Amino acid sequence: MSIFLDENTKVLYQGLTGSQGRYYGLLNREYGTQVVAGTNPKKAGTDVEGIPIFASVAEAKEATGATASCVFIPAAGVKAAVLEAAEAELELVVVITEGVPAHDEAYFFNKLQRDHPNTRLLGPNCPGLISPGRANVGITAGHIAKAGGPVGIVSRSGTLTYQALFELKQKGIGVTTCVGIGGDPVPGTSFIDCLAAFEADPDTKAVMMIGEIGGSAEEEAAEFIKDNMSKPVAAYIAGVTAPPGKKMGHAGAIVSGGKGTAAAKEEALRAAGAKVGENPTEAGDLMAQIVAAL
Amino acid sequence: MDLLEYQGKQFFAQYGIPVSAGEATDNVDEAVAIADRVGYPVVVKAQVHTGGRGKAGGVKLADNADECREHASNILGLDIKGHVVKTIWVECASDIAEEYYASFTLDRSAKKYLGMLSAQGGVEIETVAEENPDAIAKIHVDPVEGLTEAQCREWVAAAKLNPAANEGAVDILMKLYTAYIDGNADLVEINPLILKPTGEVHALDAKVSLDANAIFKHPDYAQYDATQPRDEREEAAHEKGLQYVGLEGSVGVIANGAGLAMSTVDVVNQVGGKPANFLDIGGGANADVMAGALEVINNDAAVSSIFINIFGGITRGEEVANGIIEAMKRVQIDAPIVIRLDGTNADEGREILKPHLNDKLMMAETMLDAARRAVELASK
Repeated sequence: MSIFLDENTKVLYQGLTGSQGRYYGLLNREYGTQVVAGTNPKKAGTDVEGIPIFASVAEAKEATGATASCVFIPAAGVKAAVLEAAEAELELVVVITEGVPAHDEAYFFNKLQRDHPNTRLLGPNCPGLISPGRANVGITAGHIAKAGGPVGIVSRSGTLTYQALFELKQKGIGVTTCVGIGGDPVPGTSFIDCLAAFEADPDTKAVMMIGEIGGSAEEEAAEFIKDNMSKPVAAYIAGVTAPPGKKMGHAGAIVSGGKGTAAAKEEALRAAGAKVGENPTEAGDLMAQIVAAL
Repeated sequence: MDLLEYQGKQFFAQYGIPVSAGEATDNVDEAVAIADRVGYPVVVKAQVHTGGRGKAGGVKLADNADECREHASNILGLDIKGHVVKTIWVECASDIAEEYYASFTLDRSAKKYLGMLSAQGGVEIETVAEENPDAIAKIHVDPVEGLTEAQCREWVAAAKLNPAANEGAVDILMKLYTAYIDGNADLVEINPLILKPTGEVHALDAKVSLDANAIFKHPDYAQYDATQPRDEREEAAHEKGLQYVGLEGSVGVIANGAGLAMSTVDVVNQVGGKPANFLDIGGGANADVMAGALEVINNDAAVSSIFINIFGGITRGEEVANGIIEAMKRVQIDAPIVIRLDGTNADEGREILKPHLNDKLMMAETMLDAARRAVELASK
């Protein structure tokens, strides 16, 4: 089993005709993902290596039975693209694009919550998600992940996610699903959404969580772990030594007014019973110990 | 993008928020001319990206031209917590009956906008929040619904301002919300928001931070780029389009991805070293980007070793290795480099690097080993 994505998910790509969309859309198809359509109002009727292009998400869904979308549209068009996918009642919308204005994100997050509660939004500014051996949607390198289980991964950082997948593979540990929730201030899917889904997934026996400085999502996740998780969690928080007031690459990674420090997040997670590593390698070792004891 | 006070006031004025008449200048004679125009008494205010200007002597009242000249010449060039004053703002002084606080920002936890209003203004809001949290009236605004005047009125009533200020406060807060939304701001803050003895409500200060991701909606925001607080190293990195934050140490750090770069900085600290910077070169690592990154690090006189930490995902190890070799041909590097290369085709990448290894270019197996090596080299 996996969460949010498997080999039956039919995915359309908004922006498949652009360079990034085409590159990753084809890589995802090669991995085994059902890439069923692309959209571009100016190129409807054409195709990308046999993948048909439609004028709108609604038409693409009607013709192909697509249930999910992956968005590679430039930042200025992301708000409209997300709303279009939600109005077509897709179940999953994954936004890879970075640089989306925070007000746009706040708007479509709340709009989806109110009017399209059955549409799950992932991102923006995320690497996507991969259920190894089944399907890959986004920009994760598929071959660095070992299929199967028993570990589920949820992360705010792209490269640290890859690092985690790679370390687990080298230790011979498989992954059910790896979800990159992205480093922006208003992520569509939260740590808690993923933790709850992993808790409910019978094949996931343990969860690896990678957070970073800024905001309070990790503290909220810690509360959830304490109250609702029976499965063990190993965690790592990046940015222990980041100076206050400076954005560390991601728009959401900033310690401001003494809030959002890595120390506070680590403490909350430890208090909730999670094992916390001081660096990615240590977190990987902790996960290996957890898996060995399962 | 953080605005200076005067830029914030000009931003507010575009949305009809009342601010004091004034102008910015970098020159003493011009300061006196501005004061003559707006009328005495005036306040001469240092324009720097830091708090505590008043205590540092960066805000002075002038009753006449001589005083204005004296204050302007003292404040220009003043060092306030490491920020040298290049610009001053000269504005008409205001009579103050009461001082309040008002702001809008994003509540990341609630995923809604948060408005804060307090009858206790003129002091740090963090202090009020800690010592007297009930003195802050909060309102959550749904980004889809927006702020209605009725909600705003209720909010203002909850803040228990002087009743004489209520009408003016509602008017300013509605405009402040519009400025926050339409201006794509991350933060709009008025502290203090004042009630004058004559009954008018007025923004005496302006703290505005704009969302750099929204520049495509506001091409004029490019003007603020020049006044962002960056040190020389950060300026050079910014020009090359690199995600760089200057730190105080001696180990130069280059990594791909924001999370990995943060993590690299952490690990250098954990093994007893001090990183000179945070630098994210993005997902790939081609020769152009790597050469630019090495150039920025190399120009930092404090750097005595360099730690390149790359995890190949889609980008393969051999491409990364070739990028590094190519970049090193273009830039003459003084400090020794330690490379950790892992991920996709890391073995192939390491093979490419091997013939180039010497006491200036080293390779380490793991992130921790590489950090230890780089720190050791930096302390030599």
